[in-house]
Amino acid sequence: MLMHTQTDAAAATAPILALDGITKTFPGVKALDGVSLRLFPGQVTALVGENGAGKSTVVKTLTGIYQPDGGDILLDGAATRFATPQDAAKVGITAIHQETVLFDELSVAENIFIGHAPRGKFGLIDWTTMQRRATEILRSIGAQIDPGHKLRDLGIANKHLVAIARALSIDARVVIMDEPTAALSHKEIQELYELVETLKAQGKAILFISHKFDEIFRIADRYTVFRDGQFVGDGLIDDVTESELVKMMVGRDVSQVFPQRESHIGDEVLQVVGYDHPTEFADIGFTLRRGEILGFYGLVGAGRSEFMQALFGITKPSKGVTKIDGMIRIIRSPADAIIHGVVYVPEDRGKQGAITALPIFQNVTLPSLGRTSHRGFLRLAEEFSLAREYTQRLDLRAASLDTDVGNLSGGNQQKVVIAKWLATQPKVIILDEPTKGIDIGSKAAVHEFMAELAAQGLAVIMVSSEIPEILGMSDRVIVMREGRIATELAGEDLTPETLVRHAAGI
Amino acid sequence: MTDTTRFIPDRLQSPLQKRLKSWETLLLLVAVAIFMANSFASPYFLNAWSLSDATFNFTEKAMIAFAMALLIISGEIDLSVAAIIALASTAMGAAVEAGAGTPVLILVGLGTGLLCGAFNGFLVTRMGLPSIVVTIGTMSLFRGISYIVLGDQVYKGYPSDFAFFGQGYVFWVISFELVLFAILAGIYGILLHKTNFGRAVYAIGNNPTGALFSGIRVARVKFILFLLTGLMSGIAAICLTSRLGSTRPSIAFGWELEVVTMVVLGGINILGGSGTIPGVVIAAFVMGLVTFGLGLLNVPGIVMSIVIGALLIGVIALPRLWSMWRAR
Repeated sequence: MLMHTQTDAAAATAPILALDGITKTFPGVKALDGVSLRLFPGQVTALVGENGAGKSTVVKTLTGIYQPDGGDILLDGAATRFATPQDAAKVGITAIHQETVLFDELSVAENIFIGHAPRGKFGLIDWTTMQRRATEILRSIGAQIDPGHKLRDLGIANKHLVAIARALSIDARVVIMDEPTAALSHKEIQELYELVETLKAQGKAILFISHKFDEIFRIADRYTVFRDGQFVGDGLIDDVTESELVKMMVGRDVSQVFPQRESHIGDEVLQVVGYDHPTEFADIGFTLRRGEILGFYGLVGAGRSEFMQALFGITKPSKGVTKIDGMIRIIRSPADAIIHGVVYVPEDRGKQGAITALPIFQNVTLPSLGRTSHRGFLRLAEEFSLAREYTQRLDLRAASLDTDVGNLSGGNQQKVVIAKWLATQPKVIILDEPTKGIDIGSKAAVHEFMAELAAQGLAVIMVSSEIPEILGMSDRVIVMREGRIATELAGEDLTPETLVRHAAGI
Repeated sequence: MTDTTRFIPDRLQSPLQKRLKSWETLLLLVAVAIFMANSFASPYFLNAWSLSDATFNFTEKAMIAFAMALLIISGEIDLSVAAIIALASTAMGAAVEAGAGTPVLILVGLGTGLLCGAFNGFLVTRMGLPSIVVTIGTMSLFRGISYIVLGDQVYKGYPSDFAFFGQGYVFWVISFELVLFAILAGIYGILLHKTNFGRAVYAIGNNPTGALFSGIRVARVKFILFLLTGLMSGIAAICLTSRLGSTRPSIAFGWELEVVTMVVLGGINILGGSGTIPGVVIAAFVMGLVTFGLGLLNVPGIVMSIVIGALLIGVIALPRLWSMWRAR
C-alpha cells in the first residue's frame, strides 16, 4: 500500500521499483521511519530533503548495502530483497555516488567492467570484447574517451562519465544519481542533463538526489520529499513550486527542543578580514562578540569547514587578517591559535578531534599540558583534576578517566573533545557540526552547554547543516555558498525558507 | 551542568595491576628463563667477568634502540643508524689522521651523528617524504661516503685515552658502556614516560592529525626525534670505535635491523603509538643473553641470527596464540 494516491497520468504506468514503509534503525537513530518511494520507467524522480533526512540511507537500501528492518521493496510489483550489492546489480539497479569509487591505476575499460568483466576461454578476461563493449557504452553516452587510457590521466568530469558508463555496463533499469553535479562545471552539467534525457528515452527509471533547486526543476518529472527519516510527500514537479518544496523540506516547529537563552552580547573579540584561498573560499570577513553564538549555514561543500580550519591554522589561506581583542594575530598552526585563545572542535571526531587510543584524561589535557605540567614534567594529579573538572561539567558518562576514548559512544566522545578545548580557557570556540551523528540525549546536553558557555562570555562559532540547530541556537547566522558569504541573517529574517534560499542561491 | 553530577574515578586498575599483565612482565620471564638455561648449559656463564663481557653484546645497540623506540612510537623509523656509525667513525678516523685529541674526537663523533639526524629529519618533516624510504636512501649514502673516503684502508692510531669509552671500567666489572647504558635508559625512560614531550610522541604515533589539531607541533617533535636518533648513533660510534680501536667502512654492518629487532621485541608497536622504555631495556638483556649463551656453546654467528629471528617471531606470536587458544 502506498501512502499517497495519485490522479496524475503517470500513475497509469506501474513503477519499476517502489519502497513501501521502509524502516531502518541504527543505534540511537531511526534513519528511515516508514518511507515510501516510487520510481517510474522513463522518468526522473528527484529526492529532496535536508542533510540527515535519510537520502543516503535510502540509496544504500536500494543498492543492497543496508538491509531494511521493516517494509517492502517492490520490483515490478513483487516483493523482493537485496541481501548484497550484487543482488541489486543483478536486477539492474545501479548508483552513481557523490564520490565514486574508481581505480586510478586501471584503464577506463577495466574500471567500467571491474567485477563483471566478460570472460573467455579458461575463465580468463576477454580483453577484446571488453574493449569493444566499453567503446560502445562510452559512445552511447556521448563520451569522447579512449577506453585504453589509464583513469588517472582523466579529468574529474571524464571520470564521472566513466562512473556513469560503469553504471550502465550492467544493463541498468534503475539509475540512482547522488548529487552528480557537485563536482562539475557549468558546461559539464549541461552535458549531464543531455545524458539524463538519453537515459530517460531508453526507458530507465532515474532517482536524482540534489540540493540544487534549479536543476531539480530543470530535469525532474517527479519529486519525493523526506524529512528526518520520514516521508513528507511526493508528486509531479509541474504541480509544485519552489517555496512549497522548501516548506515541505523544513516545515516543523523547532522552538521547544532548544534551551531558552537570553543573549548578553559583549565587546568584540574576533575580527576576520578578507580571508582568501585559491580554491576553497574567498573574501570572508565578519566580526564576533563575547557571549554571542554565530551560526554558519550552507550546503555541504560550501567551504565552511575549510575556512574554519584556515582560521585555526591548519590550512594556509593566501591572504587574510585575524584580529583578536583588537590586535592583529598571526596564526600559522593550531598551536598558535590555542595561544591566542581560538580553538576548533572538528567535524571528524575520530580522526581530528580525539586520539581514540589514548585515555580520556590524556585527551583532555593534551592542549593544556603547559598548565598541568611543571617545567616540562607531567603531573598526573593535576591532569586528573583538570580532566575531572571539565568532563563533569559536560556530564560525561564513562567508567573511569583512564578509559580509552575509543570505547565511548559518539556523544561521549564529543563531550571529551569539547572538554579538551574548554580546558584551554579559550576566548573563541569554533564548533564544526557539533551534534552530527550523536544521540538525542547528548545533542541536548551539547546544546545546553553551548548556551551556558555563551552566557559565561565565550564567543561561539557554530558550523551546522541542520536548520533547526542553526535556528534554535544562533544569535546571528552567516550563510555561505560556493566559498563566499551569501548573506548574514538575524532576527525576523532568520527563517528556514531564507536559509535554504540563500544557501542554494535561489 | 546537572545537579546530580556523577563521580568518575581516575582509574579502575592501579598502574601496578596494569603492569603485571603487560608485555614487559612476559619478556622479563623470558629473560629469566634464558638466564637459567644459560647457567645450566655452560659452566663458564655464571662468572662476573663473563657476564660483564656479555653486556658489550647489547650496550651500543641499546643506546640507539632507546631513541629508535621513541621514533617508532611516533610512527617513523630510521634505518640509517648503522650507516651513521660508519660515517661518524670515519670522520673520527680522519680527525685522528689530522692530529686531533680525544675531546675533539668526541665532538666530531657527536657532531656527525647530529648532522646525519638533522638531514634525515629535514627530508622527512620538511619535504614530507616517508621516513622508511628516506633512511634506506641515506643508509646507502652515509656508508657510501665512508667507502669512498676509506676504500680498503683502515684508520688506526686512536689516542690511548680514547680507549676508555669502549674498554674502560668504572668499578670492578662494571664497564663505562654499561654505566652509560643505564644512564641513557633512565633519561629516555623519563623523557618518554614523565614529560610533555613523551606524551606528544604517543599522541603523534596514535593519530598525527588529531595531534596536530590538538596544538602539538608535530613536525618539530619528529625532527627532534631524528636528531636524537642521530646523536645516539654518534655516541654508539664513539663507544664502538673506542672498543675496536680501528675504523673500517664495514663497521656496525647490519646493526639497523638488530636495533629495530630489539625495539620490536621490547614491545614497541612497529605501527607506532605504544610501547615502553623498560620493555626495550629488558629486550636488550634478552638479546645479549641469547647471543652470549650461544657464543659460549660455540654456535656460529649465522645460527645466532636464526635464533634471534625465531625468538622475535615466537615472543610476538605467543600472546596471540594464547588468546586464540583461550577463545576456543
